[in-house]
Amino acid sequence: MAEKVLMKGNEALAEAAIVAGCRHYFGYPITPQTEVAAYMAKRMPKIGGTFLQAESEIAAINMVLGASAAGVRSMTSSSSPGISLKSEGISYMAGCDLPAVIVNVERGGPGLGGIQPSQSDYYQATKGGGHGDYHLIVLAPASVQEMFSMTIKGFDLADKYRMPLMILTDGTIGQMMEPVSIDQVQVNTYEKPWAACGRGNRDHRNIVNSLSLNAPELEQWNFDRYKRYEIVKKEEVMYEEFMMEDAEICVVAFGIASRVSKNAIVEARKNGIKVGMIRPITLWPFPEEALKKAAEKVKSFISVELSMGQMIDDIKLAINCSKPVTLCNRTGGVIMSPQEVYEAIEKAAK
Amino acid sequence: MDNKILFAGFGGQGILFSGKVLAQAGLIDNKEISWLPSYGPEMRGGTANCSVMISDTPVGSPIVSQPTILIAMNKPSLFKYLSETESNGQIFYDSSLIEDKVERADVSIYEIPATQMASDNSLPGLANMIILGKVVKESKVVSYDTLMQALTKVVSTKHADKLEMNKKAIDLGFNY
Repeated sequence: MAEKVLMKGNEALAEAAIVAGCRHYFGYPITPQTEVAAYMAKRMPKIGGTFLQAESEIAAINMVLGASAAGVRSMTSSSSPGISLKSEGISYMAGCDLPAVIVNVERGGPGLGGIQPSQSDYYQATKGGGHGDYHLIVLAPASVQEMFSMTIKGFDLADKYRMPLMILTDGTIGQMMEPVSIDQVQVNTYEKPWAACGRGNRDHRNIVNSLSLNAPELEQWNFDRYKRYEIVKKEEVMYEEFMMEDAEICVVAFGIASRVSKNAIVEARKNGIKVGMIRPITLWPFPEEALKKAAEKVKSFISVELSMGQMIDDIKLAINCSKPVTLCNRTGGVIMSPQEVYEAIEKAAK
Repeated sequence: MDNKILFAGFGGQGILFSGKVLAQAGLIDNKEISWLPSYGPEMRGGTANCSVMISDTPVGSPIVSQPTILIAMNKPSLFKYLSETESNGQIFYDSSLIEDKVERADVSIYEIPATQMASDNSLPGLANMIILGKVVKESKVVSYDTLMQALTKVVSTKHADKLEMNKKAIDLGFNY
């Protein structure tokens, strides 16, 4: 096994993109994701890639759209307010069936908000963000190692399903350093016969477009896209179960909130409380089946999240409100302590 | 065992750097580790913090708010975390910057006049490494040899000339 190196989450993510074959990065600085752009600025010129600091977030996402339409792996990254600006472009990419990896290292909101870590863009990431009927695949890494592996996986899934994909992470995971092992990476590549990269000897022009003024035709495009989404929902759900075997209380948490929750769960177990955790790794598709199965065994669920309560809706939907779901949350850039999660677990156990 | 280490001081005192050297040392020892900087407005002047976890088991939360080892490089940090430090923990502070005496019966307190020592030994800006030497001596969270290996790894080749000074600073603290 290769030596483990100490890297920041943002740097591990950027390096993973390069390993995955991304040679086109377009960005615009914003805390707490600027290390991604800084890393790309340093590395891309050395490997014949393109790093471009665009004049705005909107320009950057449209450059990603262009690069992706030409058939190359491309990426942009930003933090919450910047992702709102990119949302128009993301919707266009979904409408054009274009793959790309879009990174959101979340900070507190709404508005310009603050620069401290948050998970309050859950709705935006999983329910659309831009206009129209569409989904992004949304991956939520919980460690620096996962920042690396999920980015590799992200480029793969985006190409496989011709979908824009979002890495939804936060300021803590982006800024922290942990050991990363970057060996033995399997990178898949995909033919892109649809790419608008010059006609060559083809008998037709390739056009990448999201416009149709013919309603039945546009409806059919949406139907076809949602057929693909059904396959993604069936094939690509990822989650981690932690101490769930005999659990009577199920914590649901992703990203940094899952790390804090683990401390609380270990502590509660020491005191005889049967609690476990389901950690969604894909936020869309959401691990509905795993939660539905858990609902047959556990007494209640606790949604631990850094927002006013967004993922909690998906938990209730997944289990069809068959068990009580409580919320343990902080927001605006404040992170709950393991003690706060412990108290929520204790309350649920009573 | 979880070593929850908190470096706290002003921006510019090398808080993040000394944390990084210690985290790297933990990695060399095959421990589970994490390093988390404060990246808020405080790093643009004012208090800077760095949380380092060195553990035998996978690290849950990387955020240290109740340290087992506190390194305080200014007065506000010392008083902010004095009562938060865990029982049987260790507190190290720069007594040339903090004149106050602090007491807590259930923790070990080490006063190191690190800034003065740095200036007496022509090691400007290396009070952080002097304290780190003392931390490693007293806590044994990593060995002296591992710490030196980590230092060699973290000091970039571009600044190789700084390596000897850093080693000297660690030695000063280790032997204080």
